[in-house]
Amino acid sequence: MIETDLLIIGAGPCGLFTVFEAGLIKLRCHLIDALAEPGGQLTEIYPKKPIYDIPGLPSILAGDLVKNLMEQAAPFKPGFTLGERAETLEKTNDGKWKLVTNKGTEHLAPIVVIAGGLGCFEPRKPNLDLLDKFEDKGVEYIIKDPEIYRGQNVVIAGGGDSALDWTLFLSEVAKSVTLVHRRTTFRGHPDSIQRVMDLASAGKIELLLNSEVTALHGEDHLDKVSITNFEENNTAERNTDHFIPLFGLSPKLGPIKDWQLNLNKESISVNTFDYSTNIPGIYAVGDINDYPGKLRLILCGFHEATLMVQSAFKRIYPEKNLVLKYTTVSGVNSF
Amino acid sequence: MDDLIKIYVTDLDGVKHCIEAPTDMGLSLMEAIKANELQIKATCGGMALCATCHVYIKSDHLLPTMSEDEEAMLDDAFLLGIPHSRLSCQIYLKPELDGLEVQLGENTAV
Ligand SMILES: Cc1cc2nc3c(=O)[nH]c(=O)nc-3n(C[C@H](O)[C@H](O)[C@H](O)COP(=O)(O)OP(=O)(O)OC[C@H]3O[C@@H](n4cnc5c(N)ncnc54)[C@H](O)[C@@H]3O)c2cc1C
Ligand code: FES
Repeated sequence: MIETDLLIIGAGPCGLFTVFEAGLIKLRCHLIDALAEPGGQLTEIYPKKPIYDIPGLPSILAGDLVKNLMEQAAPFKPGFTLGERAETLEKTNDGKWKLVTNKGTEHLAPIVVIAGGLGCFEPRKPNLDLLDKFEDKGVEYIIKDPEIYRGQNVVIAGGGDSALDWTLFLSEVAKSVTLVHRRTTFRGHPDSIQRVMDLASAGKIELLLNSEVTALHGEDHLDKVSITNFEENNTAERNTDHFIPLFGLSPKLGPIKDWQLNLNKESISVNTFDYSTNIPGIYAVGDINDYPGKLRLILCGFHEATLMVQSAFKRIYPEKNLVLKYTTVSGVNSF
Repeated sequence: MDDLIKIYVTDLDGVKHCIEAPTDMGLSLMEAIKANELQIKATCGGMALCATCHVYIKSDHLLPTMSEDEEAMLDDAFLLGIPHSRLSCQIYLKPELDGLEVQLGENTAV
């Protein structure tokens, strides 16, 4: 069981900055995120785009902002449960919150902070019969352990960086790699595109353009896919051990919507006094919350996190008084 | 005003709205829809990175050709082969688009 003071759902910019603000008042944090890396939308959707409206930083790449936030939080030694989705939340007899992820990891804390942004990033799934049946039985949307592909036949679908990068990586590991893409051009790093093209012309991988996987076959485990070429209007079957559709991720509110929180569409209604929700001990900051005048901007989430931790402190230590200290005076006292 | 055009937008409940939008402000169709307080998710704010501004074009107006980015995003969202599909954030309003009719795609649900 992982125990902490503030259990933060979502390691996007607002979750990460919460760690810093909480650390200043000596509260410990643990973050849970469905993504394998911290950074939320900045990491998943636009790591290479410059952001111009972070106060004091005329321009910063989203990926660099995440790096900086991690560095800023580091003195307060946050814990991370990454690649897992916060699934169930229940109150314990002593008034704490017990949160269990989809992988069964248990967490315990007096305060839960939902910094879930637009929701949990989930893979976009192609519309194919039997897809559910073969999930984790040959169909994987996220590559967790590349070693499972050693000596296996793999079909990858997609046209972005993750499809390109995994094709390159698995070409060294798998017995065979086939990359299937609906179009003839890719959206990715020019260098990766070139390397994939080179591998294909050298016969090290098979590249099927204007093509799409249109059916899955197998008994208990996937053993074949049908691939349709639109230009030639033909469909061929191909033996494979794995099919890895890589069409990016899109956010969904997910299990949080069943936690009895007051919602306004996909957002959690909060009190702007301290960003508390209708359930005592649960707060919501960043893109996921809603109040009159809400703007979904990073800087607004930072402000919300700063006010929220003060209220969380008072819930944990009702007898203690908090005095605001400037960091210029107190410095950053690491844990 | 000369530079206002009319656009007909059918929402996810099947209700048809007529909105007016200026053509001299560099607005995209997505922004015009948002500005008229119709629900459209448009997560990425118009960067062709989310496909939650997907629309079906219902009239036969001549639209700007798709950029590589728009095509790639529609592809990732499994919308590329679906007829009349466009990302409304990639369509900039101009006088020629007066009378344009669109229907919001399922991904735009907030
Ligand atoms: C293309 C683009 C450009 C943008 N440009 C700007 C800009 O210039 N300036 C600006 O201020 N803002 C910009 N934004 C908005 C900005 O990215 C968001 O305001 C910001 O990411 C919100 O941060 P957050 O921490 O609240 O949530 P997010 O960044 O969305 O992170 C939330 C995290 O929570 C995780 N999560 C959710 N639910 C669960 C669960 N149940 N279990 C586990 N994990 C979960 C998600 O996987 C995600 O990683 C832009 C957004 C986009 C998409
Ligand atoms: S608003 Fe994201 S693709 Fe158009």
